[in-house]
Parts: sequence; structure tokens; C-alpha cells
Amino acid sequence: MEAFQDFIILSVQAFRNVFRSPHYSSDIFLQMDIIGVGSLPIVMFTGFFSGIIMGMQMARALAMYGAQGQVGQIVSITLVRELGPVLTALLVTGRNASGIASELGSMRVTEQIDAMRALGTDPIQKLVTPRLIATSVMLPLLTIISDCIGLFGGFLMAASLMNITSSEYWTTAYRALAYNDVVQGLLKPLVFAIVIALVGCFYGMRTAGGTQGVGRATTKAVVVASLWIFVLTALIGRVFVFLT
Amino acid sequence: MDSNVPAILRFEDVSLHYGPTPAMDHLSFEMRAGETRIVFGAAGAGKTTLLKAAVGLVKPDSGRIFLFDEEITHLQEHDLFDVRSKAGFLFQEGGLFDSLTIAENVAYPLLNQQGRAPTNGTNGTEEKVREALRFVELEQTLEKYPDELSGGMRRRVGIARTVVTAPPLVLYDSPTAGLDPITAYTIVALIVKQREVRNMSSILVTYRYQDGHLLANFRYNPNSGRVEAASQDHSGQEGFKTTFMVMEEGRLVFEGSETELRSSRDPYVTKFVKR
Repeated sequence: MEAFQDFIILSVQAFRNVFRSPHYSSDIFLQMDIIGVGSLPIVMFTGFFSGIIMGMQMARALAMYGAQGQVGQIVSITLVRELGPVLTALLVTGRNASGIASELGSMRVTEQIDAMRALGTDPIQKLVTPRLIATSVMLPLLTIISDCIGLFGGFLMAASLMNITSSEYWTTAYRALAYNDVVQGLLKPLVFAIVIALVGCFYGMRTAGGTQGVGRATTKAVVVASLWIFVLTALIGRVFVFLT
Repeated sequence: MDSNVPAILRFEDVSLHYGPTPAMDHLSFEMRAGETRIVFGAAGAGKTTLLKAAVGLVKPDSGRIFLFDEEITHLQEHDLFDVRSKAGFLFQEGGLFDSLTIAENVAYPLLNQQGRAPTNGTNGTEEKVREALRFVELEQTLEKYPDELSGGMRRRVGIARTVVTAPPLVLYDSPTAGLDPITAYTIVALIVKQREVRNMSSILVTYRYQDGHLLANFRYNPNSGRVEAASQDHSGQEGFKTTFMVMEEGRLVFEGSETELRSSRDPYVTKFVKR
């Protein structure tokens, strides 16, 4: 309970600092590079193969009902609503929530965070808020890229296994998406980004117990952020089902 | 010391516990501008906690702390940055940021301290950084990273970063711990030098009597550029008053001059005196 209270306090301070000077813009761009550009290859790779696998499995399943023409629709809805945001967020969690927790944890145990405070800088303003902003900007962009590449992977399978034409695939894929699918597909990565950044920073900032403590903080950050991603995707999905 | 000299740091009946263990137990003392304080104590006696509490890095359970006449006991983190910018803090291992170069580390307070007027352009910052590193004789390490330096060099860089903004009060947390005698002497000599060149008040936490003795009895001679015994050439020069404090399990068990320290018969206090 105390940990949850501390998490809420950290979150409030981090959000409040978004509108408070000073703004460490160079730190924000550096984190955008680390989180966004750094995660791009693995996100593209995973997005591409998730599209390929989905196209391949759907080709068999849809062939049983003679509905091969619907493959674009199924790949599109599944990727944009669920798989794209969740897979991308899990990859970024593994890569960046762990990175944030271990970096801040190491700074904590070597007194660098106390040094920052003693030197008159707010560690939340300097360390947490830039990571929060950078993740919130980059994760939705990464998700869009992952969705697009996944759709392309699905198209390759549809074209090679089911002889579906390019225009048929892309038309069904495009028409399948309603407004709320796109909103859902962009809202989820934004919420996941906030969770990934804050959970990573939270466990990093409260690290204790030397190098072992850094390891524990990193593990906790990845596990907790991953669990929250699954819980939140179900909750957001349920809300959108209710709204429509 | 003249009682008209303003108090820059005051502890009033301050207590702090980590679980059942007292880190500070009804601690009271007052430090005036221009004074040097040496804090002795065994490991876990509360020395580092005292320094951290002095700049609001830890909050006491009870009592009041005044820094530069401002009560900081209940100030929020954000409200502490202004008053903290007037006090330098050297952490035991230097507290350098390992992802930044030495130049970036030393420039950090100039560029990031909240409430500080920005230094005049990049050149102004660079010149101050060079000057601070020249002061600790490490100007050649500008582009290196902390892990490329030895322990003693890292602490010298820490001193440069601490004094680059010329704060009126500097707190040193065991700056000589774990160092060989020659490097330890170099570090304390630098502390003496910066204290007198920049007219800073200092608190030094240590368990080495030699460190306190050096600070109490040696002066920096700007003509020779060396630290020399005060009695030789500087007997007429007004000295920095040096007060010794000894802590035991969070309590202040001794406060006085070096002479009083040496004549103490308290079995705990005498352990810190080299006769």
C-alpha cells in the first residue's frame, strides 16, 4: 500500500513537472533516441513476423470456410486493436523499463541521485519527466510503424499462399478499421508508455541494497509493467466495447 | 569566534531514527560563518546523516534545522533547491555522474542548478570548469569519464564540482576514506586551500585525526602555493576557527577545540585522538 502511495506521488510530481520549468529538452531528445530509435529495429522485426504468422495461420483457417478474401480484415483489426500495441509495449518494456530501472537504480546506489539533489536539481524533473515525455511520444509512433509493417507481412502471406491481389488485401484491411479501432490503437500505446516509464523510474528511484538491489529493481520493473499492460489492454478493450 | 558573526547552520534538538537505531539523537549545535567543523565518529554514528540533514537530503523526526537563517526542517523538496545551491556537498565516493565526462560533471551545477542565474554563455561555463579543475590540478582530464580515473582523482573532481559555484558552505563526507596517506594528504591540502582562497566555511566528516589536525593547524600560503604549518609564517594571520565534534550512536558526545579534544578523558573520544 505504501509502495502504491509512493508510486502515485511520483506520478503526480512527474506529470506536474511537464508544465514546470526548467525543461531539460536535451534529456528528452536523448531519451527519445534511446527509447524510440533504439527500439525501432526490434519493433519492426517483431511487427513484420507477427503479420507473417497471422497471415499464415489465417490462410489455413479461412480456407476451411472459403473466406480467404477476409484475411486483410482479420490481420488489420487484430494488429491495430491488440497485437500491435501490446507486442510493441512488451518489447519496449523489456528493453526500456529494464534500462530505466537499472540506470536509475545504479545512480541511486552510487549516490548520484542524492548528489543531484544536493547540487540543487530535482531528480524527478531531470530523470523521470524526460523519460515519461519521451516514452509517451515514441511508443505510439513505434506502434504505428509496427502495425504498418505487420500489415505488410500479412499481405506477403496472403499474396503468396492465397493468391490474393494487392488491392483486395489493402482494401479489406482499410475498410475493416472503424474510427474507434484507430483511437483504441493509439490510446493504448499512450497509456502503456506512461506505465512503462513511471514503473521503470519508480523501481529505479527506490532501489536499495547495492548491485543485487539494482537487479531486483530491474526484474520488478519488467514484471510489473508487463502485468499492467495486460490488465490495461483488457480494461481499455472492454471500455471501447461498452462505448460502441 | 565573534558572536556577531551570523550562524550559517543550526541544529536544535534534532533526532532521526532509521528503524529502532538512532542516527541523530537530540543533536544541537551552531556553526558560524568562516568556521571549520571536524566531525569524528565510528561507522554508524550518524556523521553522514548529519551532513545530509544539514541540506535537507533527509528529514528529521523531530527538532529544527536552520541553514543560512532559513528553517529547512519542513521545506518541500522543490523549495530546498535555492538554499541548497549555497551549500556544496562532496559525497564519500565523489558522487560523480558516470555517464558524463569530467568537464560535464564539473559544469553540471553551473548548467542545471535550479534558481541559479545562467552563466554567461558556453565560454563562461567552460572557463569556470577549467579554473575549478586547474584548482584541483586535473585540467588534463576534461574529456575523460569518471571510471577512467583513480579513486583519489575522482574525489578531487568531486571537490572541483562542489566548489565550482563558490558556495559559502561546503560539506565533505569522508573525503579521505579508503585512500592511501599521500592521496589523503593531497585531498585535505586541497580542502585547506579552497577554504582559504575562496573563504568558505566547511564541515568535514572523517575518522582520521590527521585530517582534522591538518585543517586546524595548517594554512595555505598563496606565495609558495603550498599548505604550511600556521605557526611558521602565518602566526599573525587570522585563522579559521576549527571546532571538533565527536558523535556516538547519534549523540554529540564532544564539541570543542583541538586542545580540549586532546585533553578529554572520555574513553570513546580518546579513540579518535592520535597522541
